[in-house]
Amino acid sequence: MYFEYFVEGGDFTNAGYASSQIKKHLKELGVDPSVIKRSVIALYEAEVNIVAHAYRGKIKIFINKNGVKMLLEDEGPGIADVGLAMKKGFSTASEAVREMGFGAGMGLPNINENSDSFNIDTVVGKGTTLEIIINF
Amino acid sequence: MTLNDVCNLVSGKVICGESRLNDEISHAFASDLLSDVLTVKTNHFMLITGLANLQCIRTAEMSDISYILIARNKSVTDEMRELASENNILLIVSPFSLFKCSGILYSAGIKPVY
Ligand SMILES: Nc1ncnc2c1ncn2[C@@H]1O[C@H](COP(=O)(O)OP(=O)(O)O)[C@@H](O)[C@H]1O
Ligand SMILES: [Mg+2]
Repeated sequence: MYFEYFVEGGDFTNAGYASSQIKKHLKELGVDPSVIKRSVIALYEAEVNIVAHAYRGKIKIFINKNGVKMLLEDEGPGIADVGLAMKKGFSTASEAVREMGFGAGMGLPNINENSDSFNIDTVVGKGTTLEIIINF
Repeated sequence: MTLNDVCNLVSGKVICGESRLNDEISHAFASDLLSDVLTVKTNHFMLITGLANLQCIRTAEMSDISYILIARNKSVTDEMRELASENNILLIVSPFSLFKCSGILYSAGIKPVY
């Protein structure tokens, strides 16, 4: 199964729409609720990161009987130091993002914690691609 | 205690999800930081928050949280109410502060998640 969503940077009203849709699909497929929760929490933090830190992005979701692979490709500033970005508490989020309840530098570490495989591919000045894999 | 008891203790007003008022709750977590809520491993608890926005409801949706108590009478938008209803989430608004809501419920026996 394959699903695709577009995300606009700065669009906090619709942030989480893709995650919400994927949650519905995984439920329909009868996936274990704790696995669904891990998947959608990782996806949601990643989706919010596109809205908070990038200009626009595309979310590609592949589901088969073994698990779900989520690719989040964005056009944006990229991440200069991935090691630093992965540290709990590191954040360059704007005041607006903080007021929204994000921007504490906990997103990437939590994606890592919830996923079975997590990779960040990023080019400064171009964009970032996250690959998140969760096994059923 | 039931969510109905919770609602009475904090002089709350139910915004949506009335059908859940007879559910029992034993734990709560108070936070204005959604990223922190998203790290909580359990889901049978009530979220007490001062944050009244759509992402707060989205966070509950992703985390399988069924009960949200919003402090300080923050106004709930139609979009928030619709999203909460869609996910069968009980949404209560209290005139009391986050501190007062938490204090009252803690005294009444609601336990912290951590
Ligand atoms: N898609 C992205 N594009 C550019 N920078 C990003 C992206 N995702 C994360 N970052 C950078 O990594 C930092 C840490 O991300 P995260 O752990 O999610 O915390 P937060 O989003 O709360 O700042 C961000 O503040 C930002 O500097
Ligand atoms: Mg983030």
